[in-house]
Amino acid sequence: MENDTVYSAISKYNQDKTRLMDILIEIQDNENYISDDAVRIISEKLELSIVDVEQTISFYHFLSKKSLGKYTIYLNNSVISNMNGRQIVAETFENEVGCKFGKVTEDGTIGLFDTACIGMSDQEPAALINGNVFIHLTPFRVKEIVRDIRAGKDVKNMHTSYLGGGQNKSEYLKSVVRNNIMRMGPVLSDDYNPGTIIKKKLVQLAPEQVIEEIKTSNIRGRGGAGFPTGFKWEFCRKAKGDKKYILCNADEGEPGTFKDRVILTERPKLLFEGMVIAGYSIGATEGILYLRYEYKYLKNYLENILEETRGKNLLGKDIGGIKGFNFDIRIQLGAGAYVCGEESALIESVEGKRGEPRDRPPFPVEKGYNDCPTVVNNVETLCSVVKIMLNGGEWYSSLGTHESTGTKVLSISGDCRYPGIYEVEWGLTISDILDMVGATGVQAIQVGGPSGSLIGPEEFERKLCYSDLVTGGSFIIFNYNRDLLKNVVLNFTDFFIEESCGSCVPCRAMTPLLKQKLEKILSGNGVANDLEDILKWGKLMKTNRCGLGHTAANPILTSLKNFRYLYEEKLERGKEYETGFNLEQAVSESCEATTRVPNF
Amino acid sequence: MSKPVIATATLAGCFGCHMSLLDIDEKILDLIELVEFNKSPIDDIKNFTKKCDIGLIEGGCCNSENVHVLKDFRNNCKILISFGECAIMGGLPAFRNPIPIKECLEEAYLNGPSVKGHNESGILPNDDEIPMMLDKVYPCHEIVKIDYFLPGCPPSAELIWNALTALISGKEMNLPYEVIKFD
Repeated sequence: MENDTVYSAISKYNQDKTRLMDILIEIQDNENYISDDAVRIISEKLELSIVDVEQTISFYHFLSKKSLGKYTIYLNNSVISNMNGRQIVAETFENEVGCKFGKVTEDGTIGLFDTACIGMSDQEPAALINGNVFIHLTPFRVKEIVRDIRAGKDVKNMHTSYLGGGQNKSEYLKSVVRNNIMRMGPVLSDDYNPGTIIKKKLVQLAPEQVIEEIKTSNIRGRGGAGFPTGFKWEFCRKAKGDKKYILCNADEGEPGTFKDRVILTERPKLLFEGMVIAGYSIGATEGILYLRYEYKYLKNYLENILEETRGKNLLGKDIGGIKGFNFDIRIQLGAGAYVCGEESALIESVEGKRGEPRDRPPFPVEKGYNDCPTVVNNVETLCSVVKIMLNGGEWYSSLGTHESTGTKVLSISGDCRYPGIYEVEWGLTISDILDMVGATGVQAIQVGGPSGSLIGPEEFERKLCYSDLVTGGSFIIFNYNRDLLKNVVLNFTDFFIEESCGSCVPCRAMTPLLKQKLEKILSGNGVANDLEDILKWGKLMKTNRCGLGHTAANPILTSLKNFRYLYEEKLERGKEYETGFNLEQAVSESCEATTRVPNF
Repeated sequence: MSKPVIATATLAGCFGCHMSLLDIDEKILDLIELVEFNKSPIDDIKNFTKKCDIGLIEGGCCNSENVHVLKDFRNNCKILISFGECAIMGGLPAFRNPIPIKECLEEAYLNGPSVKGHNESGILPNDDEIPMMLDKVYPCHEIVKIDYFLPGCPPSAELIWNALTALISGKEMNLPYEVIKFD
């Protein structure tokens, strides 16, 4: 490895240890691995221990100390990818490339790897190749891609279809990703002239008045947790601190969610204006957009828009002519970790560390990024804020239901005629939504992603709102051809096992134990007691520190609650206890190794 | 009423738990008064001569012989107890679990520092008399139903004494924090 890359990455970020993530990502992208030498140099220059650097590398999915190949292919292994034919795509990749998943070809050219949902659930199977998105993969297309790679073609020039719609085809993006906006509401509508609020409203309002307006709207955080945004801002404004920060959470990692990707593509100016409004309200001078690594293809495009925005005096110094109001935004890339969607883990990650959730209190509004008061808001929340300021909090609270005001942007995928993005008012029933997207013969829906619930037809009259069914926006629909336990619940559970940061024991150890129980039941060795064990043990998950840990067993627990018959029909009747241990199977490996015939 | 009958066995363990059982010192005399021992290394009875009330298992299962003994215990004991870390979780022997058994055997018989160069024909033990190794070390409850678990490495003599006397007398078990804390 060229140490020049390492030194230049370090000096590019001023030897700042809080920018460790950026330094590591830069080296990874240029050299496709991070060498021992690089680790040593970074630790010396940044005055970090070797272990600090190594633990950050080992924490993130897309950073590696082993070479991942000149062309690194990450094929999504989510449920939806599987439902859309991932298996044959993966097999074709292995055959054409000549190595298995998890390996790199001997000549070091191509690496094949699995990755969790990359936010393309409406156009699966999809893959990331050197950060570029490839959608709608088929065996035919895979052969073409591998041929292009062997011919040394630039990944950017490998597309064979039209570029995606809207801004996807713009100069700085040139991506084949589809927007699939099926329904627009106030957040997604394109009738807004960016900068209007800053120039016309913010100049006339005190920060407290802005916060009042947001409180009137009654908007709650759109990431899933649903904390009232106005109160969050007020707490942060009142918190003591020399410097305050606005962090925008664009780590959209919940499998089946892709709305933020579309908003970032089509309405980035709205988002940045929302961040400026938030900054003005709490008294922040810096905003950071935390962009998941899977959306790295958007980075240049977004940076270009930031530059354009600065040129219009909508970012920078004395914004919109407001004397003394200085605010700027930078983009922080993640490196592949679901748990970084949790706000305190996100803050750790922005500081260049492992994304492990913090203990709370103190909450980020008091002690967040660099220990300063920090507001972390979801992309959709910050966009909604602009429309609230445009039309008023009263107007916003007239949308939706009494306690769930406004609209929600849904990411809908799976077995339906029109997967894509739908902005709807809160309060629709599940049946309404199924009718809207053209879904029939529905066996189950995963509401709110794997951390949410798997619900069946008897619950389709439930309403989408904070007091009934809450969602961060992910909706995955399954028809009666799907094997829920084997193909859905097991996949989601593997996802949580992979993504656990390992800090709390129940999350780290109980999730695999519950998975073993599920596998035992699937293999026909389950007994009634196993179901009781699952329920009993599942209660322990509440003792984990963060939201990921609390919900890591939800795929199993909610499916057991709502689809108990699927479990029961697989149980062995009349047996009190069964371990499923198979002696013949357990000795076969050693007998083969020692060339002896098993003898029982 | 006749005395309760106890059987014990060591599977993939180090005999430390049995040592701890003997560590109840002079109470061993009381124990003899209270119970009768059947199949056990303590009295060297090799095979079950009658049905037992309580079976104490030390160690997990690393080979086919362990599995047979454990199943034999399950068939012959009303109550089966995993005592000690290895029986409950696999313990030290389970350190080999992340490594494929083939690699383990090769390290032990071909490549390890003490054998390298001394096994010229490259034979891995394969006589039919030798138990067959399992792919990994299993805790006992992954093979048969276990009724109770006594933690520790080894469980303290006091813990074993308390557990056995409670079980025999039907009284609630006295489990002070000191006998189950390990750090």
